[in-house]
Amino acid sequence: MTSPPSPPFEPANTLGRRPRLAVHKLSSCDGCQLALLNAGESLLTLAERFDIVHFAEAGIIDVDAEADIALVEGSVSTAEEAKRIQAIRARSRWLMPIGACATAGGPQALRNLADAEAWIASLYPEPQHIDARPTADAVAAHVHVELELPGCPVSTTQVLAALASLLAGATPFAEQDKVCLDCKRRGQVCVLVTQDAPCLGPVTVTGCDALCTSLGRACYGCYGPAENPEVATLAQRFAELGLDAEAVTRRFLFQQSGAEPFQQRVRAWHPKLQAGSATASADRGRDLASADRGSSMLSSMTSGMTSADRNLSMTSKEDDDD
Amino acid sequence: MTATHFLPRQHLQTLLDQLDALGYRCIGPQVRDGTIVFDRLSDATALPVGIGAHQTPGRYRLEHQDHPRCFAWANGPQALKPLLFAPQERLWRTERDDAGRLSFTSEPQPMQRQAIIGVRACDLAALALQDAHFAGPRADPGYSRRRRDLLLVGVECGQPANTCFCASTGDGPAISTGADLALTELDTGFLVRAASEVGSALCDALPLRAPSDEERAQGAAEIEQARLRQCRSLPGRNLRESLFANLDHPRWDEVATRCLACGNCVAVCPTCFCSTEREQPSIDGSSSTHLRLWDSCFSAEHSYVHGRLLRPDTRTRYRQWLTHKLGGWHDQYGRSGCVGCGRCIAWCPVGIDLTAETNAICADASESAQEAP
Repeated sequence: MTSPPSPPFEPANTLGRRPRLAVHKLSSCDGCQLALLNAGESLLTLAERFDIVHFAEAGIIDVDAEADIALVEGSVSTAEEAKRIQAIRARSRWLMPIGACATAGGPQALRNLADAEAWIASLYPEPQHIDARPTADAVAAHVHVELELPGCPVSTTQVLAALASLLAGATPFAEQDKVCLDCKRRGQVCVLVTQDAPCLGPVTVTGCDALCTSLGRACYGCYGPAENPEVATLAQRFAELGLDAEAVTRRFLFQQSGAEPFQQRVRAWHPKLQAGSATASADRGRDLASADRGSSMLSSMTSGMTSADRNLSMTSKEDDDD
Repeated sequence: MTATHFLPRQHLQTLLDQLDALGYRCIGPQVRDGTIVFDRLSDATALPVGIGAHQTPGRYRLEHQDHPRCFAWANGPQALKPLLFAPQERLWRTERDDAGRLSFTSEPQPMQRQAIIGVRACDLAALALQDAHFAGPRADPGYSRRRRDLLLVGVECGQPANTCFCASTGDGPAISTGADLALTELDTGFLVRAASEVGSALCDALPLRAPSDEERAQGAAEIEQARLRQCRSLPGRNLRESLFANLDHPRWDEVATRCLACGNCVAVCPTCFCSTEREQPSIDGSSSTHLRLWDSCFSAEHSYVHGRLLRPDTRTRYRQWLTHKLGGWHDQYGRSGCVGCGRCIAWCPVGIDLTAETNAICADASESAQEAP
C-alpha cells in the first residue's frame, strides 16, 4: 500500500490566492469532464473555491495555463498527446488522471493487444494521415502522477472529495476496497452466488457505489483492478460456471484491458497477445499479427462485429494459429 | 420449564399487529433478489410462504414448495448484523465557523423500538457475540441504542441447508436462549414459548391455545431431524491450539489459490465486527462527516499495520480471518467466533468451505477428538 504524496499547497486561506484548477483532455469521450460538469451545486462551489483556468466542457479554454491541480481525462494515444502531457506535467503542481482512459488506457487500449497499424491500414484508405501511437497509454506511463482516480466515467463524488481534501491541506483518500465489500455494505445480494453472473466485483476496486450489482447486474470492472486482485482465480470460477475461455477473457476486455492484472488474463488465454505498454517498442505490434484468434476477437469488439463475423475481420491468416 | 403454547397459522398476523400496537417497527424475512432478506414487515403474507432455499458452497437458489410454511428455509445472506452493527454509520460531524473554529457534533439517532421476526438460533448466538463486542464495558452508542428495546421472535430451524453446521458449534438448530419468543413452525401453526417478560406479555395478547401432545412431539422431532440432517462439522469447539500450531500448514497456500480475497465471507458472517472509518469533507470546506464502515481482514487497509502492509497477500489474509474467527476469539470472548450458520460457505463466490479448510488444517485436533470423544 502506498500513500499519495502531500498536498501541493497549504490550506487555501494561507495560499494568498485561490488555487488554480485545470481539466485537460486527451483521447477520451469527454464523459469524465461531464461527470464533473454534472456535479450540480457543488460545481458552483468548486468555481468559488478554485480559479478554474482550463475546462473545455465548461467553456473555459486556456490549455497552456499553469495550474496547482490538473485533472486529466483520456489516454495518451497520439504523438501530439505524448508531447502535450509532458507540457501539462511541467505546468501543474499536482497531476491527477481521472477515469479509465487516463488511468489504464480505456477501451482504445484494446489496440495495445493487437497490431494497431494493421487495424488502421484496414480502416483508412490513406492511413498516413492518421496520428495514432501503436498503444493507448495511461497518463502515468508517460509522466509522474500524484493520484489516480479510475472509473468509466470517474466518480464525481471521488473527484470532489479529493479536491475538498486538497483544499483542506489533507492528503486525499485513495479507495482500495473491492466492489464486493461496497456491495455488501449497501445490503445488496451477490449476483454471482444467486445468478451465476460473471461478476468482476471480487477483483475490481470500488468507487462506483456498486452501481451495476445494485441493479442485479454483474460488475464489468470499469474501475479496474483492485489491489490484490485474484484475476486467475475468478477466471477459473467463470469457467466453472460454464463460460468458455473466450467468454471469460472478454469479461476482462472492457474499459480496463490496459490494466496489467486484466491484461495478464488476456495473455494467459492467448499467449501471443503480448502486453501492450507505454515502454513497448512501436513495431512490437507487427509480431502480433500472428495472434490470429485474439486479434480477431479484439477487432470484433472494437468494430462491433459479432463472433460470427469474425472470419471477415482484417487479421492475417497466413501466420500460425494455436 | 417454560410453558409451550400454540398459535394457529391464521393468527400469525395478530402477532405482527400486536407488535405494531406496542410501538414496534416489525422487521421480518421476505423474498428479494433471489434470496431472503430482512426488511420492514407489516403483512404476514409478505413472508416467504412456500419458499425453500437450496444452498451449496458458492450457490444460493430459492425454490417454490407445496406447503403453507413461511420459515422453511435456513437463512439468507444477512439477519441481525446489519440491523445493529450498521454497515455504514455516521459517527460525528465537524463544522467550521467563519472564524475557523471547529465544532464536533455526534449524529442524532432516532429511537425506534424494533421487533425482528424469524431469527434463527445461530443468529441469536451471533448476537450474543456481537453484544460482547459492542455492548460490553466500552459500549458503542449506536449499537447499544439499536440493541435496547429490541424484541426478538426466534423461529427454530427445521430445514437446515447443506451449508449449515450449527449442531457442530452447539448453537442450534433449537433455540435455547436469547429470544423473547421462540417459535417452532408446523404446517398448521406455531409452537410458542415465551422466554422473557416482554415475550410473556406478548403471549397474553395472542389467541393462543394449548398444543396437543402430537403437535409438541412433531415440533421436537422436526428440530431433532434438522440437527441430524446437518452434513458439515468442525473438528472441535476450541481449535485455538491446533490453529496456532499450524500457521505454516501447506493448506493455507492451497486455499489461497482458490480464495478471491473479496471479503464476502466477512460481510455475511453474523459475528465479524471489524470496521474502518472515513472522512467525507464537503467541497465548500465548512463541514465534514465522519463515517464508520464495515471492513474486512481481506482488505488492504485492514492489513496495513503500523507503517507497513503486514498481510500483503491472500494467504495471510485468509489465515488471519480463520485463525481469528476460530482461535483468537477464545482469548477475546471465551468462545469461537463461529456459530455454524454456513453463510461464509454459501456466499463465497468460489465456494470455499470453512469446515473443510478447518478440518484439513486442524487434522491433528480431529484425530485427538476421535481418540477422546
